[in-house]
Amino acid sequence: MDASNAPHRRDEPMAVRKPLTDTPQRRAMLGKLKRRPSVKKSLIALLVITLIGLCLPFFAQQDPYDLTSFSVMDNRMPPMSESFDGMVFWLGTDGQGRDMLSAILYGMRISLLVGLVSTALALIIGVSVGLVAAVLGGRIEALLMRLVDFVLGFPSILVALVLLAMIGRGVDKVILAIVMVQWANYARIMRSSALSERRKEYVEAAHNLGFGTGRVMFRHVMPNSLSAVLVLATVQIASAITLEATLSFLGVGVPVTEPSLGLLVANGFDYLMSGAYWISFYPGIALLILIFSLNLVGDRLRTALDPKRS
Amino acid sequence: MLLYTLQRLLQSVAVLFAVSIAVFLAVYSVGNPVDLLINPEATQAERAAMIAKMGLDRPVWAQYLTFLGNALQGDMGVSFVHGIPALELIFSRMPATFELVVLALLLASAIGIPIGLWVGLRDGSRGARMVMTSSILGYSIPSFWKGMVLILIFAVWLNWLPASGRGDTVSLLGVPFSFLTLDGLSHLAMPVINLAIPNLALMIRLTAAGASEAVHQDYVLFARAKGVRSKRIIRRHILRNILIPIITVLGVEFGALIAFSTITETVFAWPGMGKLLITSIYQLDRPVVVAYVMLITFIFVVVNLLVDFAYAALDPRVKLVENM
Repeated sequence: MDASNAPHRRDEPMAVRKPLTDTPQRRAMLGKLKRRPSVKKSLIALLVITLIGLCLPFFAQQDPYDLTSFSVMDNRMPPMSESFDGMVFWLGTDGQGRDMLSAILYGMRISLLVGLVSTALALIIGVSVGLVAAVLGGRIEALLMRLVDFVLGFPSILVALVLLAMIGRGVDKVILAIVMVQWANYARIMRSSALSERRKEYVEAAHNLGFGTGRVMFRHVMPNSLSAVLVLATVQIASAITLEATLSFLGVGVPVTEPSLGLLVANGFDYLMSGAYWISFYPGIALLILIFSLNLVGDRLRTALDPKRS
Repeated sequence: MLLYTLQRLLQSVAVLFAVSIAVFLAVYSVGNPVDLLINPEATQAERAAMIAKMGLDRPVWAQYLTFLGNALQGDMGVSFVHGIPALELIFSRMPATFELVVLALLLASAIGIPIGLWVGLRDGSRGARMVMTSSILGYSIPSFWKGMVLILIFAVWLNWLPASGRGDTVSLLGVPFSFLTLDGLSHLAMPVINLAIPNLALMIRLTAAGASEAVHQDYVLFARAKGVRSKRIIRRHILRNILIPIITVLGVEFGALIAFSTITETVFAWPGMGKLLITSIYQLDRPVVVAYVMLITFIFVVVNLLVDFAYAALDPRVKLVENM
C-alpha cells in the first residue's frame, strides 16, 4: 500500500486528509447533474449568453454614450435601414438616432451586472444570516427568522419601489434595494438546510474530532447545504434582472445616463403609438431571452437535484 | 384555537407597528422632514405655521407618537397635489385596482387549475413537459414589456381594443365598476390578461405538482381499487386535496397582485391605486406614498391572517396551536 494512501497518521485527524471538494454529497450531486444532458445544455447556453452579454459592447458598431457617433438625422429608422454613411441599423434607431442593436448590447451588460452583483451580495448576506441562525439557535435565531418572515411577507417590487422613491435613483441604489429584498430568501433556505445537515453523522464525527462549532459550520455544513442555495441563486439572478428592469421602467431605477434594458423599453414606450415598435420591442426580447434562460436553468437544476427524483 | 388567534393577532399588530416605525424613520431621516412633508410651494409664514402645527421642532420620539396617533385615527396627512386627505384619495382609486386583481385571479384559476390538473395526471408526457416549459416562459416575460406588446398587437396593429383608461363605468352600491359595460370590458381585457399571465403559470405549476403527487397517494389507490370512476376520483379525491395549497396561494397572491398591478396600471394608464403611487412618487407627494405603504401593509396583514385561518379550516390535519 502506498504510504500516502495509508488510513491516517495518529497526529492528524482523518477529516483533514480528505479534501473537501470530494465529499460524497458533492459527488452524488455532480453525478445527478451529469446524467441529465438538458442541464448541461442549458448551463452552457447560459454561460455563453452571460459571456456574450458582458463582452458584446466591444462588438457594438456604435458607442451609444458618445453623442458624436450618431446623428439625430437618423432618428426612428426602422430595422434594416441604412444611414447616410452606409451603416446598417439592424434593429432600427431610437428617437435620438441611436443604433438600437448597440444600445441593447450596452444595456444588456448593465442589466447583467446589476443582476450578478446584487445576487452575489444577497447570497453572501443571506447565507451568513441563515448559518448564524442555525448555529446559535435560541432567541437570536427566532429574531432573525422573524425578520426574514417580515421581509418575505411583502412583494419585492413594492419594497424596492418605495425604498427607491425615498433614496432616489442610481445603479448602486438599485443594487441596494434588490439586496434588501432578496437576502431573506437565502437566509431561510440556508437555515433549514443547515439544520437538516447538522443532524447527519459526518457533522457528529467532525464535532467528535474536536473541531469548533464555527469550523464545523463553515467548512462542513455550509458546503454540503449549498446545492439548494445554488438552485435558488440562478432563479434569483433572473428575478433581480426583472426587478431592475421593472424599477427602471417605472422611472426609479438606473439613471438615464446608464440605460439598462428596462430603461430602453421605457424610452420606446412613447413611440409605440406612432408605430415605431422596434425601439421598445427588441430590448424587451433581449431581456426575455436573458430571464427565460436563467429560469429554465433554475428549473432544470431543481429537477435534477430534487432528492425525491433520483 | 383562542390562544393561537390571540398570538396571530398580536403578531399582526407587531408587524404594523414595525412598518410604521420603518416608514416614519424613512420619511424623517432621509432628508429634512420639513422639505418632505410641507408643500414646497408654501410661503415662509405657512412653513413656520406648519412646522409648529406638526411639531417638527420636537424630539423624534414625540413626533413618532403624534404620527402614530394620527395614523390610528386614519389621518395620514393631506395630498400636496390633490389637496384632499391622502387616505381618501387612495380609497377612491381602490375599486379600480380591486376589479383588475379579482378578475385576473379568477381568469388565472379558471384556466390554470384545469390545465394544471391535465398536466399533473400526465406527468412526464411530451405535452405535459411542453406546458411546463411554456409556464416558465409565462412568468419570465417582464410584465411591463408584455403589456406593451399587447398594446402593440391589439391596439396599434389590429385596432381591436383601447390602449388605456377605464372606459364607461356603472355605479354599483355607489362604487364605479367597468366590468358591467361593454366598453368597460374592452378596456379591462388587456390589463386583466397582462396581470393574469404570471399567475396562470403559477396556478398551472401548483396544480400540476399537487396532482402528480396525489395520484400516487393511498387514498387514490384505494378509491381506484374500490372501482370508483376516474372522473369522480379526480373531482372528489384529488382536486379536493390539492385545493388547500391552491387557496392558500390565491390568498397570498391577492396581496401580491395589488402590488404588481402597479406595473400593469402604469402601462395601460389604468386609474387605480398603483398608478396613483407611481404618480405620487414622481410628484414627490409624500403623504400619499406613506399612506399607501401603511394601507397596503394593513391589507397584507389582514390577508395573511385570513389565509392562515382558512388553511386551518380547510385542512383538518393542520392544528393551529403552536408549541403544544
